[in-house]
Amino acid sequence: MNEIRDVTALKDTKKVKISAQNVQVYYGDNHAIRDVNVDIDDKTVTAFIGPSGCGKSTFLRCLNRMNDTIDICRVTGTILMDGRDIYAPDVDPVLLRARVGMVFQKPNPFPKSIFDNVAYGPRIHGLAANKAELEHIVEKSLKRAALWDEVKDRLSASGTGLSGGQQQRLCIARAIATSPEVLLMDEPASALDPIATAQIEELIDELRSKFSVVIVTHSMQQAARVSQKTAFFHLGSLVEYGETGQIFTNPQDPRTESYITGRIG
Amino acid sequence: MIAIVFITVLVLASVAFLMGRRRAIVLAAGQPAKLHSRPNYHGMYCFLMVLLVGWGLLLVVGVGAEIAIDRMLETQVSVARPEASSVERQLIISDARALATGALASADDSLRQSVSERFARFVMWRNWAISLLVLGGALVAAALCLRRISVSFRARNRAESMLRKMLAAMALIAVLTTVGIVLSLVFETFGFFRDIGWRVDKFLFGLNWSPLSGVMDGQLDPDRVGAVPLFAGTFLITLIAMFVAVPVGLFAAIYLSDFASSRARAIVKPMLELLAGIPTVVYGFFAALTVAPALRNTGETLGLTVASESALVAGVVMGIMIIPFISSLSDDVINAVPQALRDGSYGLGATRAETIRQVVLPAALPGIVSAVLLGMSRAIGETMIVVMAAGQGPNLTANPLAAVTTVTVQIVSLITGDTEASTAAGPAFALGFTLFCITLLMNVFAQKIVHRFREAYD
Repeated sequence: MNEIRDVTALKDTKKVKISAQNVQVYYGDNHAIRDVNVDIDDKTVTAFIGPSGCGKSTFLRCLNRMNDTIDICRVTGTILMDGRDIYAPDVDPVLLRARVGMVFQKPNPFPKSIFDNVAYGPRIHGLAANKAELEHIVEKSLKRAALWDEVKDRLSASGTGLSGGQQQRLCIARAIATSPEVLLMDEPASALDPIATAQIEELIDELRSKFSVVIVTHSMQQAARVSQKTAFFHLGSLVEYGETGQIFTNPQDPRTESYITGRIG
Repeated sequence: MIAIVFITVLVLASVAFLMGRRRAIVLAAGQPAKLHSRPNYHGMYCFLMVLLVGWGLLLVVGVGAEIAIDRMLETQVSVARPEASSVERQLIISDARALATGALASADDSLRQSVSERFARFVMWRNWAISLLVLGGALVAAALCLRRISVSFRARNRAESMLRKMLAAMALIAVLTTVGIVLSLVFETFGFFRDIGWRVDKFLFGLNWSPLSGVMDGQLDPDRVGAVPLFAGTFLITLIAMFVAVPVGLFAAIYLSDFASSRARAIVKPMLELLAGIPTVVYGFFAALTVAPALRNTGETLGLTVASESALVAGVVMGIMIIPFISSLSDDVINAVPQALRDGSYGLGATRAETIRQVVLPAALPGIVSAVLLGMSRAIGETMIVVMAAGQGPNLTANPLAAVTTVTVQIVSLITGDTEASTAAGPAFALGFTLFCITLLMNVFAQKIVHRFREAYD
């Protein structure tokens, strides 16, 4: 299966979706990310791996400017999306985040009904002209997040009443309801049991047909299972970036090899 | 004297603690792990036992002696002056006591002299009895405790169970006080209703409030105890206060929790909380001396007649007083909304305003509702501002520019007025009891709302 995936990945990698050049991130005086250069392909799952505190989540949050909500955080360098600098002064981070969806480590459904959770993004961005259209978007998003069959009879029940795995799929449905071009996932399965994890991974693989997916994960098996490209971060630097198969079987950097074989991290 | 005994018991208990601990260590003979309880628990057991026995005896003997002395003095006086009224007898006894303690320099009356001498003698006996009994009891307790200490003695369990009982006793004091207050309210209110011939309807729905006018023989007129104007005034002022306090307090809380920089927050939050530290009496004369004239002048230029004491002035100033309650409590609950929810909303491309309105406020709603209701209970029970700024006349009106009176103002004027306390207390207690019932109902209601929303949101 991996081989087939690699072939499709090669076919799709022609287009670069996000290009980061010389990115530095500072938290106050702390230099959290150093000189990161990475090209993220469209219609591909890219995994960021590395030990805790290596900066992979911080870098992920640069891609939709979530770091703007933290006062002491400062980002320099260039991040281009479709060739346009997302940190340019004329870019509104609010509109950017509608194009770059995000799923968090802990499922964080709003204390609203399942329907309202998914309809939240389309409503604030005015994506639906009328109620029928909104219902259509909600149904499509829930179906794409593989949650529709489980919740179609109780769309007005509270989103917080679902199980952990269902909540996370609800959050994915919520993120894809605004039709983003990129989906960022910050350890989306780390709070879930193995069965729910398998469902999420399967879902990520399907989402690749529509979006560019970037996933941060602690689990190397997960990175190997779901991604086509893998980036290894260590102490705030991007150590190695390449095809997933190559990173895991034939790493070029000794630090990558040590991490993959369990000697650092 | 009693203070010295009290402190001596404490010292004895401390000595017992040290001795108990020492004895436990000695008994362990260099192997402290052999002891069932740590030496400190053995000490604690001795300490608590000595304290309980000592202070307990002090209380029992002290109260008993006081009663006995009273009885004997009363017998003496009533034998000497059988014709005197009971008030006069009490007067003689209290004079004699004052004489004995030196508060009264001299008395020419031979009865007072002899009672006083007898009282002084009794007090001396009593002091001796207390000292001997209490200190003796404490010593015996200490000796018994020390004897009980052994390697297998379960001092920890005993000391902890004693401590638990002491904590329960303290909690019981708080509960009993509440029950006592409520019972006294209930009985006095019943007395009042009996006095007006059980015309409770006249009290609850009557429109005419002047309970003490024309009361000469202590008989209240049911037609003059209608409390509606007072409650109407209270609610009018509370409503105005909430109109001021809720928007200001809530928006201030939203600004503080989600918009203010940490520097602005560090300045604004303490300033807001400073408002809560201003004594209400200061708010009261601020309302009466600063706000009221300003409002009257403004009203005159606009062609409105504003009473010098008005519901508006009292309500606005009371609203200012309540702002910090609402802002501080709302700020806490808004801050308690998880950052993950805000991140989720920002991550979908929502602005701060959208995030607050659609995610943060709904999640914080139960807390905000209870903050508002708490502020309302305070407004209803607030006294000082309305006494100075709202007026005295029971005036049934919905005009905020007119003078109204409130329940609390009328209670103050009943109690501080020059009518005999036994007559004035009835209406005051009835008003207080009704006010208590209203605040209680509001609190229950608030709890219900909070509970319902909490179920929906967790």
